[in-house]
Amino acid sequence: MKEKPFAITLDVGSSLANRTGAWRTERPRYVDRMPPCNQACPAGENIQQWLFHAESGDYESAWRQLMRDNPLPAVMGRVCYHPCETACNRVQVDNAVGINSIERFLGDEAIRRGWTVEAPSETSGKRVLVIGSGPAGLSAAYHLRLLGHEVTIREAQDRPGGMMRYGIPRYRLPREVLDAEIDRIMALGVTLELGTKVEDVLTAQAEGGFDAVFLAVGAGIGKRAYIPAGDSARVLDAVSLLGSMEGEGPPLLGRRVAVYGGGNTAMDAARTARRLGATDAVVVYRRTRDRMPAHDIEVEEALEEGVRMKWLSTIKHADEGRLTIERMELDETGFPQPTGEFEELQADSVVLALGQDSDLSLLRDVPELAVDHGMVQVADGLMTGRQGIFAGGDMVPAERTVTVAVGHGKKAARHIDAYLRGATYDPGAKHAPATFDLLNPWYYSDAPASVRPRLELARRVSTFDEVVQGLDESTALFEARRCMSCGNCFECDNCYGVCPDNAIRKLGPGKGFDIDLDYCKGCGLCAAECPCGAIEMVPEEDSGA
Amino acid sequence: MTAAREVRFYQVGSFAAGNRLLGPELQSEQAHPGRSNALTCGHRACQGCGEALGARYALDAAQRAAGGKVIAVNATGCLEVFSTPYPETSWQLPWLHSLFGNAPAVAAGVAAALRAKGRTDVRVVGQGGDGGTVDIGLGCLSGMFERNDDVLYVCYDNEAYMNTGVQRSGATPPTTRTATTQAVGEVPGAPFGQGKSLPLIAMAHEIPYVATATVAGLRDLEAKVHRAMGMRGARYLHVLVPCPLGWGTASHDTVRIARLAEQTGLFPVFEATGGVVTDVTPIRRRVPVEEYLRPQKRYAHLFRPELRTDVIARLQRTADRNIARFGLLAQEEASS
Amino acid sequence: MLKQTEGSRAVAETVAYCRPEVIAAYPISPQTHIVEELSRLVKSGALKPCEYVNVESEFAAMSMCIGASAAGARTYTATASQGLLYMVEALYNASGLGLPVVMTVANRAIGAPINIWNDHSDTMSQRDSGWIQLYARDNQEAADLHPQAFRLAEELSLPVMVCMDGFVLTHAWERIEVPEQAQVDAFLPPYDPRQVLDPDEPVSIGAMVGPDAFTEVRYLAHAKQMQALEAIPRVAEEFRQVFGRSSGGLVHPYACEDAETIIVALGSVFGTVCDVVDEMRENGVRIGALAITSFRPFPLEEVRAALGRARRVVVLERALAVGIGGIVSSNVRTALSGIQLAGHTVVAGLGGRPITKESLHRLFDDAVAGRLEQLTFLDLNTELVERELARMAKTRRSGPSAENILRDVGSNR
Repeated sequence: MKEKPFAITLDVGSSLANRTGAWRTERPRYVDRMPPCNQACPAGENIQQWLFHAESGDYESAWRQLMRDNPLPAVMGRVCYHPCETACNRVQVDNAVGINSIERFLGDEAIRRGWTVEAPSETSGKRVLVIGSGPAGLSAAYHLRLLGHEVTIREAQDRPGGMMRYGIPRYRLPREVLDAEIDRIMALGVTLELGTKVEDVLTAQAEGGFDAVFLAVGAGIGKRAYIPAGDSARVLDAVSLLGSMEGEGPPLLGRRVAVYGGGNTAMDAARTARRLGATDAVVVYRRTRDRMPAHDIEVEEALEEGVRMKWLSTIKHADEGRLTIERMELDETGFPQPTGEFEELQADSVVLALGQDSDLSLLRDVPELAVDHGMVQVADGLMTGRQGIFAGGDMVPAERTVTVAVGHGKKAARHIDAYLRGATYDPGAKHAPATFDLLNPWYYSDAPASVRPRLELARRVSTFDEVVQGLDESTALFEARRCMSCGNCFECDNCYGVCPDNAIRKLGPGKGFDIDLDYCKGCGLCAAECPCGAIEMVPEEDSGA
Repeated sequence: MTAAREVRFYQVGSFAAGNRLLGPELQSEQAHPGRSNALTCGHRACQGCGEALGARYALDAAQRAAGGKVIAVNATGCLEVFSTPYPETSWQLPWLHSLFGNAPAVAAGVAAALRAKGRTDVRVVGQGGDGGTVDIGLGCLSGMFERNDDVLYVCYDNEAYMNTGVQRSGATPPTTRTATTQAVGEVPGAPFGQGKSLPLIAMAHEIPYVATATVAGLRDLEAKVHRAMGMRGARYLHVLVPCPLGWGTASHDTVRIARLAEQTGLFPVFEATGGVVTDVTPIRRRVPVEEYLRPQKRYAHLFRPELRTDVIARLQRTADRNIARFGLLAQEEASS
Repeated sequence: MLKQTEGSRAVAETVAYCRPEVIAAYPISPQTHIVEELSRLVKSGALKPCEYVNVESEFAAMSMCIGASAAGARTYTATASQGLLYMVEALYNASGLGLPVVMTVANRAIGAPINIWNDHSDTMSQRDSGWIQLYARDNQEAADLHPQAFRLAEELSLPVMVCMDGFVLTHAWERIEVPEQAQVDAFLPPYDPRQVLDPDEPVSIGAMVGPDAFTEVRYLAHAKQMQALEAIPRVAEEFRQVFGRSSGGLVHPYACEDAETIIVALGSVFGTVCDVVDEMRENGVRIGALAITSFRPFPLEEVRAALGRARRVVVLERALAVGIGGIVSSNVRTALSGIQLAGHTVVAGLGGRPITKESLHRLFDDAVAGRLEQLTFLDLNTELVERELARMAKTRRSGPSAENILRDVGSNR
């Protein structure tokens, strides 16, 4: 090349000598924020992370990520009321990501493919007694086992699973799914002693030489409200009804069944009654639908199946074949008040679904242990007043769901583990929440949620076949890809693309990006156009550089 | 229904620059670690400059389409000044700046030379701002169109003479405050009924390809550059590039404002071949013009001291007319 | 090959033999015959590879040349008068970028009043544009200057204007030795650009240069023209060797050795001047003439050497620097600085007015006799302009002078 004309002709790319980073008053910084799904998950799942794996079709990695927090994905994918989806930011774009359906897909996929978890080769030598094999107990046992401890579960019933088996009807949770996931936990080397009711926890601990105890006896006793009833009136409780489906066989309910209560158990009872042949299943509830504790989806499915609802009603008297109902009115505080107006309701039986209590008889001789309103009081780390005795699940004050119980199990396991090592468990600081206003939702393609197929109605009212079907692989994949990855970089390259100064370096798959501060002018376009809110702008003087 | 749905959707893959799940061929050029960065770091454009962004988008795409063999000819203007102050240039491709009003002719000259030399592999892109394109360069551009010279001309439209301090151009929209259409007098800002649409003028030349795009639609822009580069003859791409300085917007809002221009209908995004509109980019989330106007200081006089609903309504009618004229809500209408 | 042809055609054919690769032109009288012939040669396939582009303006023509030249093509255009002015911005750009474009200017007056006839107002206005300006004395030289122009342009990376008088030369039919292709090929090597737009070796051409380097850039432009002072006679000599005739160079003194009075002129009028010189010499007048072929760069030393021993110098100007008078004169005076001699500026032949031998005789006689004022207008209708000046002095709304004068000229008939 000849000598170029002076000043007029320049060598390409020579502007690299001009470090425009000096212009900057703010700098972008990559951050991780707490996605609302993770934040809302009672089981503490890192939902976004397992969705991340699922998005690429790597279901096994997704499942393994899921299993780090929850040993029962196939169960949870059916029975969880998915507060994650309620919290999901995508609700404000179209519909929430079907996290629950993907979880189920992963759980089912794991069962189908026989994926297992390895127990640690080394053990701590510590022994933990878990009382109750419901979700809390199973979860605690699983996590404790993975932490290297020796675990024994004692279960009063003949089969493990607690309310998952004795409270949740088969049409919501097929038993082969439950069994498969319990078996996988047991395969880790957990000792399960069935039909073994612990009468006295301290004795059991001492005799068994257990270093710690996790109480997870649940709340399996149906509450009995006083209803004046004639001798021939047939009154039973929902827990017994649902429990009987697993053993002795269903009781005779008659063709007209009234269910008293407004919770999920009431819905389960009414829907079970329909399947047992009741032509008329009526839920009697003293408030209105919007005040019902039952989840919307449960109410909807019940209504679809022909369950009738009688709002603002209390049962004043039960006789053979009929009930006396008093109409209620809500006062200004929303509390139902009697009106003195009565009517009759034809009913061959009344099923009470008014809540459940825990059987705390095994704790009689533990003086340090506090009980309030029938619930065991625990500290932040789920330890009771008694050192080394922890409690979780339905028997402690919390929302009574499988998911909460699974979360308790995990949390207790971590605290028990720390306790056993003479330490305290520190979960670490949580990231700031990834709220919707931090996102740039424009970039998310329009993709309404996939709808899970449902069993045809005729079979729903006549069989206990599972109502809600799973997603097929492509639909699950689609659904996973609807995740907006709120608050965490998912390598969409948008920052790399929109920087007018080419000041973002792409570090390669899985490595994300960094800012070339030599050239970044601090315009903030990368942060503004980050779909998921994973970049923040910080004043230059505070950046500490 | 769901079973029939093809898994083609990769989270944000259709709108963001890239996505880890997409193959390289489905990523935008701007997502590629090996993109050419035709305009590289160290240029002196303002923070959040839409033109710097648009130029890199367009030229990187053109280079990709032409196997890197692109010569760019640049009109005088911000893009030229901020990229090549002696002794530094930010360009990484062969680049020539001649004058303000002659870029199309210079580009056509380069194309003529390449043709004479039989270099069909090397392609030419002419580029300039709206002033250099729709006003002072229009004669040369029209000549280039009319002769069907083998040049892709890209106009980066920021709707005023920004390089000289934000004076009105033929592309300045009505009511806009500029240094020569100030927000004073009975009709503050640029008057209604003046200005021109160069894409429509280009179409009247019946050249092979005319398209509009914005810096908010990276993939759309790149697709258009690729389509244009697949053709020979005179092609015209008009890219809306917000100017934080001239528009009085936050530097981080450049892409958002361009998006709003698109989503209001004020800036119709379409393509035309042989003088006929063949495709439009439909409005995805329609917004009233007020949402576009309000964040821009150049329209502040429409909101203070009093809300000029009359003027805003008039601008809304412009947007509505665009929507009707180009069928920007076509999908919605078809489905309703 | 010697042939009876039109000046424009001879130039066009010669240009074609120079193998230009891009020609962009816009028609304007009296340049049209040149570009018409070139367009025919390209379209017929006689000149290939070459792109002939019909542009929409002279501004576009020069702009296309800039692009084509920067892309490494040998590039040519032609224009005149208003067209030259319309491309002015691009002229400066081509020279500033150092692009070796060759352009023929068929010299013509500049309006208003509009006038299509010959003088040097157009190119003289561009004397500072950074282009080399060569003025042809006749059609043979007009043709011959083109291969030299390409040589110079490409060697120096500077654009070259070949100035030939409109109509007087462009439309004159005469016997002209048109070069052969082989001769031109032997004289003019293929274009090897100093800088070129090439994807394999990218550069940015046309940077913005601020106060820190602008002076140096301009100085270098000047230095290149100074280099041209050496190159022009060398190239002319090489041309003579290849083609066997003398054309071009910096200056052409005619009977200057012992001359007391020397007439300086550019372009086709030089032939007439020489004829008058011959006739006056026959009468014993010690008079000579000097043609300046290279007006830019201006050959100060050669002019000084040719004129320095004379007692008086008369510069025959084909253009008027309104407000001062002579353009060439100013340059000649610079060449003669420090030398005491009488200098006269004679503005002649504006807008195509014929410069007759009779008028020149009268003029030179006056000069030799010491009767010549410092600035005169040859064959000026003094009576007419006095009348108009009187009218203007009398009434502000005297109307446009051109109209008035035309009316007066009419009434004189």
